[in-house]
Parts: sequence; C-alpha cells; structure tokens
Amino acid sequence: MTAAASAAAGVLALALLPFALSAFHVGVATEILIFALLAMSIDVLAGFAGRTPLCHGAIFGTSTYVVILSAHAIPLPLAMLAGIGAAGLLALLFGVIAVRTSGVYFLLLTLALGLIVWGVCLRWTAVTGGENGVRGDLRQGWLADARALYWLVLAAGTVLAAAMWRLVRSPFGLTLRGIKDSPTRMQALGHDVARHLLLAFVASGLFAGAAGALYALYNDFVSPTTVALPQSVEGLLMAIAGGVGTLFGALAGAALLIGLELFVSAWTERWPTVLGLTAILLMIVAPEGLVGKAGAIMGSRRSTGGIR
Amino acid sequence: MNRRTLLLAGAGGLAAPALVRAQGTGPIRIGLLAPLTGVVASGGREIVEGFQMYWESVGKRAGGREVETTVEDDASNPDTALQKARRLVEQANVHFLFGNLLANTGLAVANYVRNTGTPYFIPVIAADDLTQRSRIPNVVRVAGYSASQFSRPMADWAFKQGWRRVATVSQDYTFGHEQCGGFTQKFTELGGRVTQQFWHPLNTADFSPYLGQLANAGVDAVFAMETGADATRLIQQYNSFGLKRRIPLMGSMNATDQSVIRTMGTEAEGVVSVAHFAEGSTNPATQAFVAEYEKRHQKLPSLYGFSHYSGALWVAEALKKVEGRAEDRDALLKAVRETELAGSPLGETVRLDGYGNPVYTAYVRRVERNARGQLWNVPIATYPNVDQFWSYEAEAYMRQPSYSRSFQGVR
Repeated sequence: MTAAASAAAGVLALALLPFALSAFHVGVATEILIFALLAMSIDVLAGFAGRTPLCHGAIFGTSTYVVILSAHAIPLPLAMLAGIGAAGLLALLFGVIAVRTSGVYFLLLTLALGLIVWGVCLRWTAVTGGENGVRGDLRQGWLADARALYWLVLAAGTVLAAAMWRLVRSPFGLTLRGIKDSPTRMQALGHDVARHLLLAFVASGLFAGAAGALYALYNDFVSPTTVALPQSVEGLLMAIAGGVGTLFGALAGAALLIGLELFVSAWTERWPTVLGLTAILLMIVAPEGLVGKAGAIMGSRRSTGGIR
Repeated sequence: MNRRTLLLAGAGGLAAPALVRAQGTGPIRIGLLAPLTGVVASGGREIVEGFQMYWESVGKRAGGREVETTVEDDASNPDTALQKARRLVEQANVHFLFGNLLANTGLAVANYVRNTGTPYFIPVIAADDLTQRSRIPNVVRVAGYSASQFSRPMADWAFKQGWRRVATVSQDYTFGHEQCGGFTQKFTELGGRVTQQFWHPLNTADFSPYLGQLANAGVDAVFAMETGADATRLIQQYNSFGLKRRIPLMGSMNATDQSVIRTMGTEAEGVVSVAHFAEGSTNPATQAFVAEYEKRHQKLPSLYGFSHYSGALWVAEALKKVEGRAEDRDALLKAVRETELAGSPLGETVRLDGYGNPVYTAYVRRVERNARGQLWNVPIATYPNVDQFWSYEAEAYMRQPSYSRSFQGVR
C-alpha cells in the first residue's frame, strides 16, 4: 500500500469512528485530534529543525483567547482567522527573538516568552477576565452536535496535517533538516539559517494557532491555564511520546496521554503518578516514541528478512 | 426477521432505557466535582467528606429514591473540570452536578451546563457574577455565598471600632478583587479610607515587602484576603514582624477557616473575620454538626466541608418536595429555589434571594481557643439578613462594573 493510500485509509477510519462511540467519547476523540495538531506543530520545529520550543501552549492559547473574545463582535469564521493570525504574529515576534539561539538556550528563551503571555492573560483582567477566564458562546446551531464538531475538526486537521507533511518534505523542509544536523555547514553552503528558522517558527505558530482556534470551538471557554506552561509541556510530551521527527506520531502521543489521563483518573486519584511513571517507562523502553519504536521494529524485521 | 425489522428492534432497544429514565426509577445520580489533586487538593477532600457525610447520615436516600454519587477530580484546572463535567453528564448520565472549588473551574462548568441544561449546584464557587450580572438559570448557589457578601459587614464593623484608615493585602485574582472590593466600597462610603491595597501573586512565600510597607503605613487596621497556604504564611509573618501587637488584623472568611487555622498556634489568635458559619458558635444545631463532623473525620469542619454538607441537605429537601423526580429539571430547580432550609447546621432558616444566592445572618468571628485547646472561630457580633447586595438596591448595584484590581467600588 502506498503512503497516500494508507493515509486515506487512516482518515476514513477516523471519520467512521463516531459511529462506534458515545457522544462523550466523540468529544474525547475531538480533543485528541486538536492536541495532536498542537503536538505536530511542535514536531515541525523539534523534529525537523532541531529547536525544541516551550511556548507553543501560549501561542495555541492566544489563538483560543482571540477567537472567543472576537466572536462576540465578528462572525465565527472571521474570528477563527483572527485567532490564527494573532498566533502567527506572536510566533513572528517570538521567532525574531529566539531563532538565533539553540539547544537549552532556545528552550529557556521560549519558556520565558510563553510565561509572558500567561502573565498578560492573568493580569489584564479588563480584557481576559483574569484567573476566571472568558466564557464563549460558540457552540450554537450545528456546532452543538459532538459528531458534527468532530468531523469539522477531522476535516480541518487532515488538511493541516497534509500541509505540515508537505512542508517538512519540501526543499525548505530538507534545508531545515540540514540546519538540524549542522547549522554551520548550512551557513557555509550559503543558506540563511536564521531566516529559515524564523519561517519555520512562524509556520509552526500558525499551525498551533489553528489548533487553538479549533480548541475554542471545542472548549467554549478559555482561562490562563490554556496558555500556561503545562500546556506547552503537554504538547511537547505528546510529540515525544509519539516520536519526535515522525510528525504523525503526535496523534498516537496525544491519544496515549489524553486517554490515559481520562481512564486512569476514573479509577484512582493518584492518576498523576501513573502518568509520570508511564512517561518514565516510555523514555526508557522507547525513547524514540511509540511510532518511532514501531517503525524501528518493522524496519529491523524487514532488514533481517532481507539477510535471510 | 428481515433487515428492517431487525433495525427497528434495535432502535426500540435503544429507546427503552430513555423511557425508563423518564419514569424516574433507579437511583438519583449525582456528579460531584472536586479538586482531589492540584493546588487546592486539601480543600477538595473536605468537599467530598462533607458531601458524603450528609448522604451517609440519611442512608443515601432522598425523596424515596436511592442516591448514587460519582466523584470526579477536577485537578484544580478549568479544562480538566470541563472534561470531567462532560463525562459525568454525557457518560454517567447524572441528574445534576455539584461542587468545584476554584472560581475558574466553576465558571467553566457553568458555561458548559448552560447549553446542556443540567442543574449545577455550587456551594463554594463565590464568583459574584454567577448570581449577579451573568446568571445562568440552572446554576444555583445552594448553601454558598458570593465573594463580596461578607466583606461589607466586615467594613461596617471595622468602622464601628473607630478605625478610619485601613490597608488591604490580598491574593491577586478575581476572588481577592471581589472581596476587597466589597470591603473597600462599603468602608469608603461610611467615611473611612482604604489607604493602600497590596496585591501579591498566589503562593507568595515571603510577605516581608508588603509587611514592611504596612508597618509604616500609619493605618488603624489591616484587611487580609488570603486562602490556603498564603493565609497561613501571612498570619505567621504578620506576627513575627511584630505587627500583630500594633495593628489589628482582619481576615477574609477563608483566611481564618479551619482548613488554615487547625495547624496554627498563638499567631492566629485574635484575628477577626466575617462569615455565615462559625464553628465556635454556641448554637446547638451548629455544635451538634461540629461534634458529628469531628467524630467522623477527627477534625473541626472547614467551610468546604460545611458548605457541601448543607448543599446536599438543601437539594435533598427539594428532592423530597418533587418526590424524588430528579429527571424533571425545571421542577427540581424550582423546588431548590423555593426551599427555605430550616434544619441546616446554622440553626437558622436560610432562603435564596431572587438571584439564586442565599441570605444569612453574618457573624463577626474571632479566632479563640476552645476548652480542648483547638483554635476556632467564635462569634462576637451579628448582622442579620445579609444578602449579596446588602444595603444596595440590586438592579442599581449591578449597573456598576464588577470588582477588579482597577475598580474597587470607589469613584
């Protein structure tokens, strides 16, 4: 089966999923799709440009805030575009500041930038409602139906995921990989490293913003926790759990973390412990992530088969 | 059987449970949301204790039906609270929701039930606007209070002590803004002056920058709006800076709650606050409740435990009136709104005002030691009929903006 055919089969299977699930589980699946998009947008930077950001929760949440706030004044599709635009602008600003650093400095700088957004949302009470957040009124008409929203998110997610896939496979994406491996060599070859990274940062921010806009539809409520550090960390963890540099592994990572939290918390209030232990176990057994590990196992089978 | 009849049979099978539900058989299902993990986990556990204590005391029955409670952890996080509320409503099919502690978790769930119509009872979600400017018909604050409700009588009492200059110190979030707003507006209108307001981030470890300024502020008293560990630290450091001997300390009702003072010593003695519940009251109904709570949980009840015990009692009374028909949301909500609760641990009859917030006798309370050496809140003055607007006319009051850092009711 070609890659395109298996991707089509995957999307079809996901599209049929709501028929097998209760309304509540369709909601959970919607959340998984949205967070998979966030994790993928992080993977574009972390897995393909070698820059691990800790501010994508803030970019994601900024879009959510803008959508919910502006939807009171303008039609919903425009509000969502405004949210994505705001995320893009924020990513541009962050990118200008951060792209000339790398490694742990990039990590810390993006962390600090994300915290500024959180601080603004917490303190700018007149606009953001402070700690109490903003209540939306977006789930009206056909959007109130859990399945309809799921299909909308799936359709948008498929387009966005395909765009990200195209991006990382394009000559631009290959240049990013070159920068990941050796920035100095790419510079010597005549590539403008900072500009490539800035473009990648903005693209990644736009994708995170799109996920945030969809989250506004799903959650219909936003508060500073949506832009807080744990959100960025969770997105990164999903990308890592799925497999950094696999892009679509993010879906597996999101499904694992959200599913685990939901089902374990039904059984024990010690669910954060279980989640933590799972993360540790995963890092020991499959540091390349779920999809990365699966790919490695299949790859080694194929190669041993070849030797025989 | 051909395919069509098979499908019809299937559809009949699906419809049957809905019919049974509408007739009102089986247990009444309640979803209780409480923060069992995260920053306010200790308060969350007391919510569950108080709530379960009521249902166990009546054999888990109300209005002739069995009552089944499902507890979910909101993790002190609004997004998690929302997810758990969805699970309770859409999967566990609860008849109504109860609980939450932090205002933002409560507001998130309130926004969700606005669309589903599920009744939602909030004994400790104090955000003013949930029973004021942005009311939701199916969200009722049974046995609860709004944030600025009791800081107004506190201001009145302070003025009567002859204090004219007061400074406030508060956690910098909406609950603090609202409590300080109630105090500041009333105190200023009486003719006093709030000279300084200090807003500090949640989880402040070191209060010395604020205490240093308070020492030289030349004020007659200080009003502190603190919850949890911040309350403990502020009261301790206020004492160790030697301020307690010089400037009287008033607290918000949370600052001297049992959840704070039960682990403290002499530094908490003498702090004054205002609330509808005082565990050190001599009222026999209150004392019976306090004794029973202590027997079960080996500690004196906090506001969280008390409020959820009373909230459960309130809704149980309403369920009795509708003969256990929890499915009939409109009838249940109407009964809850009309219930005048006589048998609560407060020992007085409590009713809701026209906006879904209870009216209480407010007690000015001072932290003292009881005969067994425990610290508790003892009433020293009373204010009857304190509702969320108190001396203000409701509609006129709601035309002024909500309290915030920048608007404290003073123009």
